[in-house]
Amino acid sequence: MIKRQFYHLGEYVLWLRKVFSRPEKFKMYYKETIRQIDEIGFGSLKIVFIISVFIGAVTAVQLSYQFGDSLIPVYYIGYALREMEIVELAPTITSLVLAGKIGSSIAAEIGGMRQKEIIDAMEIMGVNTQAYLVLPKIVAAMFSIPMLIILAAALSIFSGFLAAVTFGDFIPSDFIKGLTSFYDSYTVIIMIIKSFFFSFIIVTVSAYHGYFVKGGSIELGKSGTKAVVYSDIFILVFDYLIAQLMMG
Amino acid sequence: MIVAKNIHKSFGDKEVLKGIDFVFEKSKTNLIIGRSGAGKTVLLKALVGLIAPTKGEVWYDDINFYNLTIKEVRKLRNKVGMLFQGNALFDSMSIEANVKFPLDMFTDMSEKEKLKQVNSVLDRVELEGVNNKYPSEISGGMQKRVGIARAIVMEPEYLFCDEPNSGLDPKTALIIDDLIKDITDEKEMTTIINTHDMNSVMEIGENILLLDQGKVVWTGDKDKIIKSNNKFIDDFIFASPFLKNMKNKAFGLKNK
Ligand SMILES: Nc1ncnc2c1ncn2[C@@H]1O[C@H](COP(=O)(O)OP(=O)(O)OP(=O)(O)O)[C@@H](O)[C@H]1O
Ligand SMILES: [Mg+2]
Repeated sequence: MIKRQFYHLGEYVLWLRKVFSRPEKFKMYYKETIRQIDEIGFGSLKIVFIISVFIGAVTAVQLSYQFGDSLIPVYYIGYALREMEIVELAPTITSLVLAGKIGSSIAAEIGGMRQKEIIDAMEIMGVNTQAYLVLPKIVAAMFSIPMLIILAAALSIFSGFLAAVTFGDFIPSDFIKGLTSFYDSYTVIIMIIKSFFFSFIIVTVSAYHGYFVKGGSIELGKSGTKAVVYSDIFILVFDYLIAQLMMG
Repeated sequence: MIVAKNIHKSFGDKEVLKGIDFVFEKSKTNLIIGRSGAGKTVLLKALVGLIAPTKGEVWYDDINFYNLTIKEVRKLRNKVGMLFQGNALFDSMSIEANVKFPLDMFTDMSEKEKLKQVNSVLDRVELEGVNNKYPSEISGGMQKRVGIARAIVMEPEYLFCDEPNSGLDPKTALIIDDLIKDITDEKEMTTIINTHDMNSVMEIGENILLLDQGKVVWTGDKDKIIKSNNKFIDDFIFASPFLKNMKNKAFGLKNK
């Protein structure tokens, strides 16, 4: 069992090396990247919008409930909300959700191409299929997902603010004071670094599972599940490692 | 010309190919035939490099395939076309984009030149007015033609076809067979076809290799088949007792 996991890790690393090769035709890769930005970036706007609004509101309500009657100054709640969203919630929750949305569709797309011999057909033409099928997706994801995460952070802080001043007994100016206190751009850097790592994980882990799929539709379904599960695990592991390294 | 030298392939301890030696000739339709499970697909994939043999060599004219680096393989493959059993068309691209794909990827032709080339091969496989359709919108026989068009659009020297007429009615199958044969003649390609369709064997069998349980058990052309008195040929081509009797009567051979 453990041995198999290590085998896969090794295969994954070897496979990744082939992903990073020089494109046969820059224009084709460029076209594919644009298509993927549309799919991964714009295609995920709606879901990112919905989850950020809710996560922000829930966090604000939760914080008010916990600290509301304590000695902690009221504006601290705004501060805590901002820090939580930027450092942890926006990058991690958004990425976990995107792993489900983007990861499963990447695994299904590439796995389907494997099963219908389309990958073989491309290989026979002379295409470097690892590079052509995966590189544009990596570039597109590492371009779009960080932006989605910045958007998610902004939206969730705003919705947290709205929830707090609407349903809690905050004076907006208190809350805003909290939101703007002790600001350190280092947290934003952590968020962006996390989002680069997480985008890379989502695309490569999912594409790997699709690329080596065997058998029929049941295996294809399983590869989608594995893509999501392993992306999630890697995201959480790296979330921890990055936190440890940058804030520990 | 493609030469197979002593090709072995095992999956685990199951030996599927047991030393294949054969010369696939230029400007000919070379057929790999045999019963289901004989190892035809494995042999074809070993020749084209999709399955690495356990032992043995494959030569493309004077190039030893399994000695090439991955870069050299990719270069050689610009001269290779392949028609897949399930067609392997890009289902989210139009027919035109499918056929144009290799040109987009590997040539510096202008858009106009590419379209001209695409239309000329679509013309060659007698497909007109389908440029903007999608693979799912055309019939199986038409998809086969698109597959052929895409395989020949780069003007390959070597063409591989895995079961080109599976799933087609006998008449359409014959048309596809003839098309492959004619294109092979015109372009002087080395064409290797993997089939268990007896009609194809008799129609386009110019150089035939009969596989049985991973071994070459007979070689020759379609004319030799009729007169052969080989047990494996009898079992494969003249599988029904009715046909076997008829052939043996016609040529005055004894029933084996
Ligand atoms: N990837 C594989 N792993 C294990 N065994 C395999 C694999 N591919 C093929 N085989 C075995 O090799 C043998 C030959 O298979 P192959 O697909 O070449 O047969 P075939 O002659 O093409 O048959 P058909 O006419 O039915 O397509 C079969 O017994 C098959 O089980
Ligand atoms: Mg087969």
